[in-house]
Order: sequence, then C-alpha cells, then structure tokens
Amino acid sequence: MAYLDHAATTPMLPAALDAYVAAVREVGNPSSLHAAGRGARRLVEESRERIAAAVGARPSEVIFTGGGTESDNLAVKGIFWAGRAADPERTLVVVSAVEHHAVLDAADWLGVQEGAEVVTLPVDDAGRVPPEAVAELIAEQGERVAVMSVQWANNEVGTLQPIAELAGLAAAAGIPFHTDAVQAAGQVPVDFAASGAAALTITGHKLGGPVGVGALLLGRDVACTPLLHGGGQERDVRSGTLDTAGVAAFATAVEAAVKAREEYAVRVSALRDDLVARVRAVIPDAIFNGAAEDRLPGNAHFSFPGCEGDALLLLLDAQGVYCSTGSACSAGVAQPSHVLLAMGADDARARSSLRFTLGHDSTVADVDALLAALPGAVERARRAGAWKTPR
Amino acid sequence: MRVLAAMSGGVDSAVAAARAVDAGHDVTGVHLALARNPQTFRTGARGCCTLEDSRDARRAADVIGIPFYVWDMAEEFHDSVVDDFVNEYAAGRTPNPCLRCNEKIKFSAVLDRAVALGFDAVVTGHHARLGADGLLRRSVDIAKDQSYVLAVLTRAQLDRAMFPLGDSTKERVRAEAAERGLAVADKPDSHDICFISDGDTRGFLESRLGAAPGDIVDGRTGETLGTHNGAYGFTIGQRKGLDLRVPAADGRPRYVLSITPVSNTVTVGPREDLEVDVVSAERPIWHDLSADVSCEVQLRAHGEVVPATVSVADGTLTARLTTPARGVAAGQAIVAYRPDPGGDIVLGSATITAGSRAGADV
Ligand SMILES: Cc1ncc(COP(=O)(O)O)c(C=O)c1O
Repeated sequence: MAYLDHAATTPMLPAALDAYVAAVREVGNPSSLHAAGRGARRLVEESRERIAAAVGARPSEVIFTGGGTESDNLAVKGIFWAGRAADPERTLVVVSAVEHHAVLDAADWLGVQEGAEVVTLPVDDAGRVPPEAVAELIAEQGERVAVMSVQWANNEVGTLQPIAELAGLAAAAGIPFHTDAVQAAGQVPVDFAASGAAALTITGHKLGGPVGVGALLLGRDVACTPLLHGGGQERDVRSGTLDTAGVAAFATAVEAAVKAREEYAVRVSALRDDLVARVRAVIPDAIFNGAAEDRLPGNAHFSFPGCEGDALLLLLDAQGVYCSTGSACSAGVAQPSHVLLAMGADDARARSSLRFTLGHDSTVADVDALLAALPGAVERARRAGAWKTPR
Repeated sequence: MRVLAAMSGGVDSAVAAARAVDAGHDVTGVHLALARNPQTFRTGARGCCTLEDSRDARRAADVIGIPFYVWDMAEEFHDSVVDDFVNEYAAGRTPNPCLRCNEKIKFSAVLDRAVALGFDAVVTGHHARLGADGLLRRSVDIAKDQSYVLAVLTRAQLDRAMFPLGDSTKERVRAEAAERGLAVADKPDSHDICFISDGDTRGFLESRLGAAPGDIVDGRTGETLGTHNGAYGFTIGQRKGLDLRVPAADGRPRYVLSITPVSNTVTVGPREDLEVDVVSAERPIWHDLSADVSCEVQLRAHGEVVPATVSVADGTLTARLTTPARGVAAGQAIVAYRPDPGGDIVLGSATITAGSRAGADV
C-alpha cells in the first residue's frame, strides 16, 4: 500500500508512541495534590515547556485542547465573544475563504447564532490572501473587527499564507489575529512570537502525535471566553482533566518534528517534486493546483480534466493507493471543494481534483506505486466521464 | 468478478453484498444518495435515503469488510423518477417509481458508471432469481418477490445484474444478517414511496401540481356526480375517497373507471365496468418471443396473475386475458410470466396504455 494522505493524519512517531505508552501506564490526575497527581502534573508542565520552546511561545501561552477543531472553535468563538463583550461595536468575524471548516463553520455559527457579521477574505488563484485585501478591510472597518482568522497553510492545496504580514496589519489595528497552523507546524518554520499572531492552533495527529490532543497558543493579554466550563484547568480558558499521556506524546512529536524539520523539508519536497514531475509526464493535461513556491513540502494537488475525483479515489483505493479528494461531505454527499472554488476553479475542475500528501515515512516506493496505478485510473475515470451534471 | 453492491442501508442489500463476497467476487459497496435534502433520521418505515440509512450502509460494508462510497444520484433520481412520477400522474396514468428507479438509476446511471470504472456487474438485494441460465424468475419468497419491478430490465442490463437473495425467504435473510453480525438485521422493511416521506401521495402531488378541481361523472349516464380537487389524486379501480353527492341508483359502490386529463374528469361506474380482458401496452421489453405466447400476466405490483395470450407487434404488446381483470391502470407495467416449478420465469414487460373489453372500448 502507498499512503499518500499524510495531511489527513500521519503515523505516530515511535518516540511519541513510547512516551504515550510510558505515561498512560501511570495513574494520576494532574490536578490532584498527592504524589501521583504531582507526577502527572510534572509531565504535563514539562510537555507545555517543550512545546512552547519548539514553537516560539511562552509556556503560559500553551492551552491544551482536544485537537485542532477545538482550538479553532475556541479561538474564533472565544475571542469574538470576549471582543464584543468589551466593545459591542466589534461584531465582525473575518476569515479567509479557504479556511478549514473548523474555522469557517465556527464563524458561520457566530453569524447565525450570535448576530456576528462574517466577512470572507478572497484569495488569488494560488489560494493566497492578498495583504491588500486585509489592509483595505482594516482601513474601512477595522475598529469593528472582533477577530480575524487566516490559516498558516492550506490543508487541501498546501498554499502558505503571508502570515507575518497579515498578523502585522491586524496587530497594528488592534485586531486579535488567529492562525490555524495545524498543517504548517513541523513542515515550515512556525514561531508564535515572531509571527505576531494573538492565537495559533496546532494539533497532534498531523505531526506524529496522537489524535485528540492539540493546543491553542494564546497570547497572555488576549481575552478569550471559554467554550468549555468546568474545573478551569487550562488558564480558566479551557476545562477538562488533561490527557497526560496524550500531552506527553504530543510534546514529544512537536519537539521531534520541529527538530527534524529542515532535513525533512529538503527530503520530502524533493520527493514531492519528483511526484509532480512524473504525474505531469504521464498525464500532460493535469492541472497543478496551488502555489508553486510558497507551499507545504509534502503537498501535491492536481485536477484531472474529464475525471471525477471520487472515481479516481475509488480506483486508486482498489490498487492500494490512498489519497484524498479534499472535498468535504455535506449531508453525506461529496461537495466540490470550497478551496478550489475560492481559487476560481469551476465546479468541474473542483470535482476533478485529488490531493497527494507525503510525510515522515514516505519513500520513493510510494510515488512509484502511485505512478503505476494513476494512468490506468485516469483513463478509466475519463471513460466514466464527468458524469455529474453540475448543479 | 469486480462487482458493485448498491447498499441502501437495509438488511437485504447488506446480505446481498455479503453473499457476493462469499461467492468470491471483489465487491465494492455504494450507497446512492437520492434525496436532495436528506433527513437526518428515518421516521417510521419509509424511505431509504436518510443520513442514518447511509451510515447503516457504511457500517454494514465495514462489517462485511468491503470498500464503501456514497454516490450522489440526487439529480438523476429527481429527473428520471420524481419528475416522471409527477408527470405521469398529471397525464392520468399511474406510475411505479420503484420500477422506474431500477430502469433509470440502478441499472442505468449506476450500472453505466460502474462498468466504465471497470466493474463487471451490479449487485442488489432485490428478491428475485437470476440464475446461470440468464432467466429472471420470481423469488422463492412469493410475498417478497420483486421480479415485477425488475421486469423492465433489458437483456443487456440483466447480463450485468446479480440478485443473490432470490433463493431465500426474507426470514432467512434476516436470520443470516444476524448471524453475520449485521446490525441492520432487524431494521424494518421500507414501504411506500421513498421520496414521499409522510406517505401522503395525494398531498405530494397537490403540492407539485396545484389544486385542479374538476368533475366526477358517471361512465354510463354522463351525469355529473361530484367534484374532485385534482384528477391526479385518483387511480383506476379506486373506490374510497370519491365523496359523491349523488348516490348510485342501485345503491352499489362505484369505482374510478378512467381519468381524462384533458377535460380533467374522473369517470366512475359499477365494479363490472372495471373489467377488461384486453390489455394494450407500449415499450415492450421482450425476451425472445416470436408468436403468440400463453402465459400469465401481472398487471400491478403485488397484483394477482391472470392467464393470458400475449403478442408483440410494432412496438405494441397486446394481452388477451382468459378471465377479466379489474383495476388495470395505464402507466403500470404488465409483466408476463411462464409458470415454472423453479420459479415463474419473466418473459417480458411493457407499460400499459389501455384496457378494454373484447370488441368494445371501456
Ligand atoms: C487546517 C486544519 N485545521 C483543523 C483541523 C482539525 O484538526 P483536528 O483533526 O485535530 O480536530 C485540520 C485537520 O483535519 C486541518 O487540516
């Protein structure tokens, strides 16, 4: 089998797995005062320090959560709530058109339930938010913005955003800026302090840690209303008994991924470039989506004209090649990717796309397996035709 | 063979897929999303198109251990089945949407796509037999037999169809589902029309076609006996819900004899006027028939069978019934069977256009 879906989730690093297994054997709630609790707390706090050091944050800025989705929701909703409470004029939520649904749907929910006004930032044909669009928005109605959220790297097409520039514009206008760095951490340099962002999301399972544990890096002076109420374990912003083993494994993975990043990026982007060149050679009319340069090292994304992405996925799956169409399901049915549509692709092109993502254990054999299966799959899928009449 | 199992989320299609795996085929499960705005949960026993059904199908595929995908066929279903259903009623005919779905969706849109993607056949959980001889036969479970709604399939479609359940009773299928650890084993059967979730066909048609009041007239005297709110709300042979102002002279119940969309009238009369012994039908799908054939015909889903002589000429099928039948509605299928100890064999089918008494039009 060839696993080309590391952006969906990537295997746990052996060191993270070891850390998990070692910690999960021990009893102890990090909030307990006895020795067992102290042991757990020590592990949690060391983990917090290691993560902080790896991503340019202070330990007190690391809020552990149940993963990327929770961190995004906490940032978007919590900062909105706190911002509007402090200044009722601040009712705008600004998000880019290519955000993950954890951000987009949280913003939409605020729009429907909380009377927020959702402003969507456009992207260019590579999926990048033009800084001028942000500057323009700020000039026009900056003092009404409660929270702005633009991802560091896109999970579908791998495009990197000019985060430092966007965060700088927001900071200068006093707007709290959140960035979803789930796909970026461990892949490209991510430094919270240097980025100028007020809040930043990371998650364990995209960088070799476990699923279900993540963090929101939240600047110490950024007001954020909690989503989950209870024991107030995490700076009173997030409640719930901490997953000591998960946190320890997460920290191990973050540290390892950041440490290995440079060497990883060189190796994996070379593999990716090879994949792209070979796909282009065998399917000359394949359209490469996303940015050529400012891109995640492991991401390759194509549209295959005349094919349904769904059909290609089925055919490649049958050959043991695992990839993704990147399209979300709505009511159980695949919808054309909102990311590609925002980049100006038409419905047919959006539906004809496939994402291949490489990771820490990818080898040239994975690329070989893809290339062995792809030409036949594309031919078949073409014969099956763009069967779906555009809505 | 590489086969595609259409999985509705019900017990039949789940067991059919499992049996295809046991038979040594390389099986991929597909759930057809047919509703434009699917509901989250099933209500009662209707439909097969909720998200819950889709999850049930996926869970069954996981238990069986086959890949599973959802194919969005909502537009095709809407155009070929739902619109057709409404248009047929508007034209005074009585359509069978399950039959249409087999003809246009499962063994057409889905089959075509499957074949293009390299599959050899489509497997479904229909209760009918399709053996090595290529003949379509009734299921051993006569009460659950679905050969009537499959009789529209052409030879080419049947050649790429597999019905692994035809040799089993429904009871046996449920027991087998339980043995296989399929949670859908005791899921209720779906009834009625899947896209009319509240079961109110007349209300559904009225919402699509609008109210269209017209007269109800006596077929013998031409007298106006009452009014109706839309001729599409009636089916040939219907007795209830006529709400006639003028009682019949002989005091006997009256039945819908015909529906005339042009004048928007519903004609009623006594039971004997419903009787026909010649049935004409169009668009025949006929498996190997040259001269007149003595056989049995079935004139509606779950209807009784009548001995008949059938001939096909110039795209028209004519069936002469040995004993008269009642409630023969245009738009329904006539399906001809040859009685056989190994399961009655489907000889062919056609869409009914008219019924008459030998010699005189009714
Ligand atoms: C950009 C992005 N944000 C958020 C998430 C959600 O993270 P999690 O799966 O940890 O909830 C994902 C992954 O699915 C992602 O790719």
